[in-house]
Amino acid sequence: MKPADGMPRKVIPITPAAADDPQAEVVSLYEAQKKIYPRAISGVFARWRWLMVVVTQLVFYGLPWLQWGERQMVLFDLGARRFYLFGLVLYPQDFIYLTGLLIISALSLFLFTAVAGRLWCGFACPQTVYTEMFMWIEHRVEGDRSARLRLDKGRWTFEKLWKKSLKQLLWIGISAWTGFTFVGYFVPIRALGVELMALQGSWQLFWVAFYGVATYGNAGFLREQVCKYMCPYARFQSAMFDNDTLIVTYDEARGERRGPRSKAVAPRTQGLGDCIDCTLCVQVCPVGIDIRNGLQYECIGCGLCVDACNTVMDKMHYPRGLIRFSTQHGVTHRWNQSQMLRRVLRPRVLVYGAVLAALCIGMVMSLVARTPLKVDVVRDRAALSRIVAGGRLENVYRLQIMNATERLQRYRIGAHGLDGLEVASGPGVAIGPAESRWVAVRLQVPYGVVPPGSHPVFFDIRAEGAATQVVEKSVFLVPR
Amino acid sequence: MSDFTHNFWSLYVAGITLAGILACGLLLWITSRKKVQATADNTTGHVWDEDLTEMNNPMPRWWMWLFVLTMVFGFGYLAAYPGLGTFAGKLGWSTRAEYDAEVAQANAELQPLYARFDAMKPEDMAGDAQAMAIGERLFLNNCAQCHGSDARGSKSFPNLADNDWLHGGSPDRIRQTIHDGRIGVMPPMAAAVGSPEDVRNLSHYVLSLSGSPHDSLRASLGKSKFTACAACHGMDGKGNQALGAPNLTDDVWLHGWGEAAITAMINNGKTNQMPAQAGKLTDSQIGVLTAYVWSLSNRAGAAR
Repeated sequence: MKPADGMPRKVIPITPAAADDPQAEVVSLYEAQKKIYPRAISGVFARWRWLMVVVTQLVFYGLPWLQWGERQMVLFDLGARRFYLFGLVLYPQDFIYLTGLLIISALSLFLFTAVAGRLWCGFACPQTVYTEMFMWIEHRVEGDRSARLRLDKGRWTFEKLWKKSLKQLLWIGISAWTGFTFVGYFVPIRALGVELMALQGSWQLFWVAFYGVATYGNAGFLREQVCKYMCPYARFQSAMFDNDTLIVTYDEARGERRGPRSKAVAPRTQGLGDCIDCTLCVQVCPVGIDIRNGLQYECIGCGLCVDACNTVMDKMHYPRGLIRFSTQHGVTHRWNQSQMLRRVLRPRVLVYGAVLAALCIGMVMSLVARTPLKVDVVRDRAALSRIVAGGRLENVYRLQIMNATERLQRYRIGAHGLDGLEVASGPGVAIGPAESRWVAVRLQVPYGVVPPGSHPVFFDIRAEGAATQVVEKSVFLVPR
Repeated sequence: MSDFTHNFWSLYVAGITLAGILACGLLLWITSRKKVQATADNTTGHVWDEDLTEMNNPMPRWWMWLFVLTMVFGFGYLAAYPGLGTFAGKLGWSTRAEYDAEVAQANAELQPLYARFDAMKPEDMAGDAQAMAIGERLFLNNCAQCHGSDARGSKSFPNLADNDWLHGGSPDRIRQTIHDGRIGVMPPMAAAVGSPEDVRNLSHYVLSLSGSPHDSLRASLGKSKFTACAACHGMDGKGNQALGAPNLTDDVWLHGWGEAAITAMINNGKTNQMPAQAGKLTDSQIGVLTAYVWSLSNRAGAAR
């Protein structure tokens, strides 16, 4: 763009780094990953995290084993393009439900994040859940933070060898089972085990291995790196934050000046705040940050530092909550819980909530009212219109009839919309369970009754012995 | 046309591809050696617009190794698969070979299914629901484009459901038609028939054969001219299935009805082709299709 006359062109100066800055340090453009050794901690939020691990994994590992009648209760049969969900048989044409589910998931994320920050990240995300499971194994086998640090620094001894081997073995076992379970959603899981034992089904094997390796790598090694560098949700959730969103906060006014103290003297007289600078909050953090530096993009809001700090506060006989879930407003205005709670129902929360509720209701209603029959009508491509014996005009159509029930179903094909319109081909067709078939259908009208041109007609397909009925529009062509 | 005779474009594309990968490598190498000054406040020290500073949040080093890995993968891929100009790759992979392999595999998987039908006579298959369902699908995918979804054809495309056959309606003849295709030739006959008036008279005679509305005076005048047609259509006009010559007495009009259509046919002739399906479909599939087509006129309505 050419600058307007008389306007001086704006020059953006680039200031070189000050060479005489004593703090300046020469660093590479790339950062080496620093391994994090989180310390185990117990407390309210740690227990919530475990509860979420149990709930999500019971569902994930358990669901494929449940049966619904003769078949697997939840099965996404990609090969046959049929998706079994409890009593439902979904076709690829039902893709709108997947869209709905994804929109509902996204809106739930928006709503939860606006109200309570990164709840999903801290408690329910598979990355968090599997990392937690893998860390638990690490903790049981190699010991807590200090023991692990010592083990990793130390030479390779027999103890180190067996501990590392056992950990890897357990990790690989869980990963393999996770991959197996994942594939079990797409191939009948009861047959899958036998198949894999016999080394059949190379694609199944590939996906078991792929998902297994991804689990192993993500939960065993990449861990917080996924949240920091790879996950888009981690980054765009900050757009849903405002000053009334629950976040993990460090009460700076109360905590500073931090430092060790003797229990004999009141800290205030020494000019000290409540923070004893024990760094436990840093040691338990699974993403390796110091929450006392304020809200950071790495923080997944898991609340483990809250648990750690509260145990220390209890020991020191200080009130809990130096580090706590609070809001930006709550901390700056020193609000109590009910004051913060009053700010929950703000416009963005109400809008997210209303849209989410409407979508959920719409989705449930459309699933309940869903007709287990789909029909596509395509006019035959070979002949537009023809005159047949008896002086009748005939049009040919192809009807794709999709039976979304799990039993053989007979359908009667009718048509209306023109005077004297008749179905000249057979009146009924039988379609197998969850089968889809193209059926050629001929419609006839007496010659001369209908003027030349294109006329709307309606196919009326009814299931025999059921209330299922679908009406599909098409056109009947009469030549000039 | 030089791209067919000279490999310049191949070298050009291969050169750009390799240079692109090497340039990525060069960029990685330069950035991995570059050092910047970090400050205590974790900014790069660069300031724009008075107070806009740049945070120093470096990429993780493993991310750089991922880039290196993709380069290594890229070279491996280009060596194994076609990607460098016209170089076909060490594995000799091609889409065509993969397609052929997939078709062969699919046919092998279907073999047990078709083995049952191979042992059956077409007449028996016509009563077999599974064979007819497969036959219907084969027909809709391979035949309906011309003969229509209901097999009743349209102008120039024969009706397969009316028991009127150009080349014979026995299962063997149908199978032969599908397998090898057919070419029906009606030569231009105007010179042999005579004057345009003779041709018109002959047209009315042909109309009279099937009892269609015609001018009986012209028809009686045209009757003698029919000798030119009798070689193929027979003296009685009932056609000859060995030659594919249509029956003219049955009121089935494949290429159009009326004096104008018949006159045009006598004057200009017509070559009509049914393409051979042998290369597209397996013998077993043709067998099932034969039974399906045969059933259309022999078990009318029963197969549905």
